[in-house]
Amino acid sequence: MLQYDLVVVGGGPAGMAAALQAHEDGVEKILVLERADTLGGILEQCIHTGFGLHYFGEELSGPEYAARFSEALYKTNIDVKVDTMVLDISADNVVTAVNNFDGLLTVKAAAVVLAMGCRERPRGALSIAGSRASGIMTAGTAQKYVNIDGYMPGKTVVILGSGDIGLIMARRMTLEGAKVKAVCELMPYSGGLTRNIVQCLEDFGIPLRLSCTVIQTHGKERLEGVTVANVDEHLQPIPGTEEYIPCDTLMLSVGLIPENELSKSAGVALDPVTNGLVVDEYRETSKKGVFACGNVLQVHDLVDYVTEESKLAGAGAAKFIRGEKPAGGTVTTVGENGVRYVVPQRINRATDKDVKLYFRVGRVLENVTLTVTCGEETLISRKKRKMTPGEMEYVTLKASVLEKLPEDAKLVVSTKEA
Amino acid sequence: MKTKELICVSCPIGCAVTVTLDDNNEVVSVTGNTCKRGDSYARQECTHPERMLTSTVKVIGSRLPVVPVKSAKPVPKELLLDCMQEINRVTVQAPVHIGDVVLANILNTGVDIVATNNA
Repeated sequence: MLQYDLVVVGGGPAGMAAALQAHEDGVEKILVLERADTLGGILEQCIHTGFGLHYFGEELSGPEYAARFSEALYKTNIDVKVDTMVLDISADNVVTAVNNFDGLLTVKAAAVVLAMGCRERPRGALSIAGSRASGIMTAGTAQKYVNIDGYMPGKTVVILGSGDIGLIMARRMTLEGAKVKAVCELMPYSGGLTRNIVQCLEDFGIPLRLSCTVIQTHGKERLEGVTVANVDEHLQPIPGTEEYIPCDTLMLSVGLIPENELSKSAGVALDPVTNGLVVDEYRETSKKGVFACGNVLQVHDLVDYVTEESKLAGAGAAKFIRGEKPAGGTVTTVGENGVRYVVPQRINRATDKDVKLYFRVGRVLENVTLTVTCGEETLISRKKRKMTPGEMEYVTLKASVLEKLPEDAKLVVSTKEA
Repeated sequence: MKTKELICVSCPIGCAVTVTLDDNNEVVSVTGNTCKRGDSYARQECTHPERMLTSTVKVIGSRLPVVPVKSAKPVPKELLLDCMQEINRVTVQAPVHIGDVVLANILNTGVDIVATNNA
């Protein structure tokens, strides 16, 4: 059995940043295990720019952003195994993995960082009538076909879901000569960034149909078209609004699910709202010495925030390995009145630094007063012109405020519309 | 005189901005924005809109069939599809490194197309 101080599961932006931070903080033996054949994760296929505006103050493409970290990582003595699939994490932090060169591999780790990312909700998660014709795929799968494999998966496209990947693929397919007929969004607002709606759809005259969904696919071997319909306030299709759109490709951009099978088998507590993990301010999970960061913890819209979060997890793991990390965050956080969730869910009030509370709202809110309260006391109050579910927000709690809270304080992040 | 309706992309608020242009397409006024960034975005967008362009080009001798590229600077928006035709004609030989110019001065815009990954 191999012995490491820290094993990082996943070599995407989260895993790389966590490993580098732990290395910087003096952790000596670090192993990164990656399922794909290179480091970089999903960034490798995100060839559009817009990454790094916050973290580097530059507008980078996905591969460029990833390379900043992978190049730094390969300059250190951090061990990396690519093409390696982690199968299990045991109760005492023994990581079991498999690959072509080691066969079955077991690693005893003092600490583990979970950075497995997320995957897309597939067609099977939706109730769309029709047979299993080819030409129906998630937007991320199409993105890999076009950007990594150099292969165009179709000529006429309908996209269901207006998340950022769907919007980005609408532009990408158009640039490569395909005709994108419509982007349909079930909700009355888009889940994507405004910038992407303008620059990926409006620039190319692609219609965005809100409160609209695909109710049926047509075609047996290859997709021939889809039937779309408007939906009412209960998100149910309205009879009489059906419209047939001929197309050979249907792309789905209908949500992301943290990939937590390993976490579950390791016995780590999950948050039912995020489908990610319950963590403290250093991103330590309910299991001692097991940390989590990136999209496996909560789905992010900006990789810059993933990097920030992952550095916390790396720093936390380093503290844990040195025996300096205080256990048992007793202050809890919760979202109310439109705030769907808050990460971290637990905070140690004796923490040594300011803590950012990340959260999302459940619907579009305007002229909002955002508050963080503890019992009767208002700790933070902030006015916001507009908040949307598509954009993750945060507020910063000062360490000096935290230390004065009662031991079992419950912090409520809440909104109120004017 | 004519008007153009835009959604500002400077921040998540997404103000609906109205720009009034005179007959020479000079900006007369910008309304509806709630900050200075909205004003400059609207002026730029109405006079010479530009976009970053990203795509891939064929690569020979690499483990992958294509390598991603970007315009080193934004290119005029109206040239995006013409630029794509030029980019689709390019084939490069591995090894390629991040930042390598794969197509210089595309369509005489003064902008180079550069690789954004190693191959």
